[in-house]
Amino acid sequence: MARIVEPRAEALDVERIRKDFPILERTAHGKPLVYLDSANTSQKPRQVIDAVTEFYERHNANLYRAVYELAEEATAAFENARVRLASFVGAPDPSCIVFNRGTTESVNLVAHGFGRKFVREGDEILLSELEHHSNIVPWQLCAEATGAHVRYISLGDDGLLDLRGIDGLITERTRVVAITGQSNVIGTLPPLERLAEAAHAVGAVILVDGAQLVPHNPVNVAQLDIDFLTISGHKMLGPTASGGLYGKRELLERMDPFLGGGEMIMEVFPERSTYKDPPHKFEAGTMNIAQEIGLIAAIDYLEALGMEAVRQHEKELARYAIERLTEAGAQVFGPADMELRGGAVSFWYKDIHPHDLAQVLDQDGVCVRPGHHCAQILMRRLGVPATTRASFYVYNTSEEVDALVAALDKARVIFGA
Amino acid sequence: MALEELYKEVILDHYKSPRNKRSVPGAELSCSKNNPLCGDEITIHAHLSDGRVADVAFEGRGCSISQASASMLTEAVMGKPVGEAEKIASEFRSMMEGKLEPDEEEFGDLVALKGVVKYPVRIKCAVLAWDVLQDALSGAETPTSSPQSR
Repeated sequence: MARIVEPRAEALDVERIRKDFPILERTAHGKPLVYLDSANTSQKPRQVIDAVTEFYERHNANLYRAVYELAEEATAAFENARVRLASFVGAPDPSCIVFNRGTTESVNLVAHGFGRKFVREGDEILLSELEHHSNIVPWQLCAEATGAHVRYISLGDDGLLDLRGIDGLITERTRVVAITGQSNVIGTLPPLERLAEAAHAVGAVILVDGAQLVPHNPVNVAQLDIDFLTISGHKMLGPTASGGLYGKRELLERMDPFLGGGEMIMEVFPERSTYKDPPHKFEAGTMNIAQEIGLIAAIDYLEALGMEAVRQHEKELARYAIERLTEAGAQVFGPADMELRGGAVSFWYKDIHPHDLAQVLDQDGVCVRPGHHCAQILMRRLGVPATTRASFYVYNTSEEVDALVAALDKARVIFGA
Repeated sequence: MALEELYKEVILDHYKSPRNKRSVPGAELSCSKNNPLCGDEITIHAHLSDGRVADVAFEGRGCSISQASASMLTEAVMGKPVGEAEKIASEFRSMMEGKLEPDEEEFGDLVALKGVVKYPVRIKCAVLAWDVLQDALSGAETPTSSPQSR
């Protein structure tokens, strides 16, 4: 019998993966660690930890400015990280990658370097109700400084962006569209290609907050045709403060610098300075050298697994979690269609406040995040003060989802809910 | 550290059956605060008469620790001279900083919140209502400043 076989990524060997993560061997309150907070920060495999250690033990030196062997090794490794990150997100050239601490710094860089230079009074900056505060506040600051207005794409009851009125939202007045690639709270995956096309049709630029998108999905900036993509290395198995910004080269060239200081200048005169070309124009001061070099090991790790397989694994875990949580009486937020959502699963359980719930779960070694998840506008839209969020990565198993659901029941008993 | 030390029965009792959770008609003091971390919200209403807290109540929503603490607060300061209410508030704060071993007689149910000290993130939840009370009372002493909701 003829059958159409969908091309399917090879399933992850989670048991083997888990052996690479030393922290998963420890216990919490005497119970096996069940880490379901990777949307907050991911755990690090031995390979990443070793890469950072090896850098400090063998190659540590500052970049660019010395002529000795150590410094040359450090500089070569750092620039190799740029090459690897560019290729990981499909950037046409390594010079399109600016290193910095990650998404927060990247959005601030664009809101400052592009926003304050090119956004004018009466212009509009379009965000969505899904956004993390780091993709809201920098734009508010930009709007205050320029006299522009911030507008929002609203969220439908189905957990998807309501794009019915998009023609009225993306207009000739729109200068910037800044949108999450994957909601950190309810997992929504907005249609980035469609939004990029609409933004470009009116001459606006589009920035994608990739903090959650990049660690969990195959991403190709050229294919999506987006202008900026923020990348948080610590959420994709890399060290904290690694990652940075992808930007189209011609935009990076036209933008103002963000932080001024050493290494970003060509010449300094008493009244003015001239700047290096991108990306160095945006890299003032001593960089997070060991961290970006550690990120290479994280990219190696993810590429070996295959990002299709990573996405598939998380989709299956999220589907299972949503099913189990719903059975247990929790209200799960976000899109029901797994094709339109990622692995961040936020829920409300029997009117037990998320902080109380998370505290009880912690006693069983289950790490989840309670709170507003830096998304107060979304919380108001969902009509809750906070949610409890479980989020998954390559090392999580369906047994861990079971542990979460079992621990919920303890909270139900304690709070008599 | 056992969870029972945090979620003592008396705390859960105040959470599930809060005391004095209501408005106070004609309250001359009304103050609100929230804890942005948890989204806890507390409003304290008080009516002072002859230098005493003649009536005190709270409204709000949030986690069990914040709501139970507010409920206990109303019982602890009801009818007390303003100076004494302030003293209890300041002693409660010291207990939450781990600097004071409370007098069980004087503190009553409030002693139960001592277990929160071992959960640093939750201390803010326990102290929130007391912050609001102190704001309200300090507004009462200096009538020029208006204790507005924030």
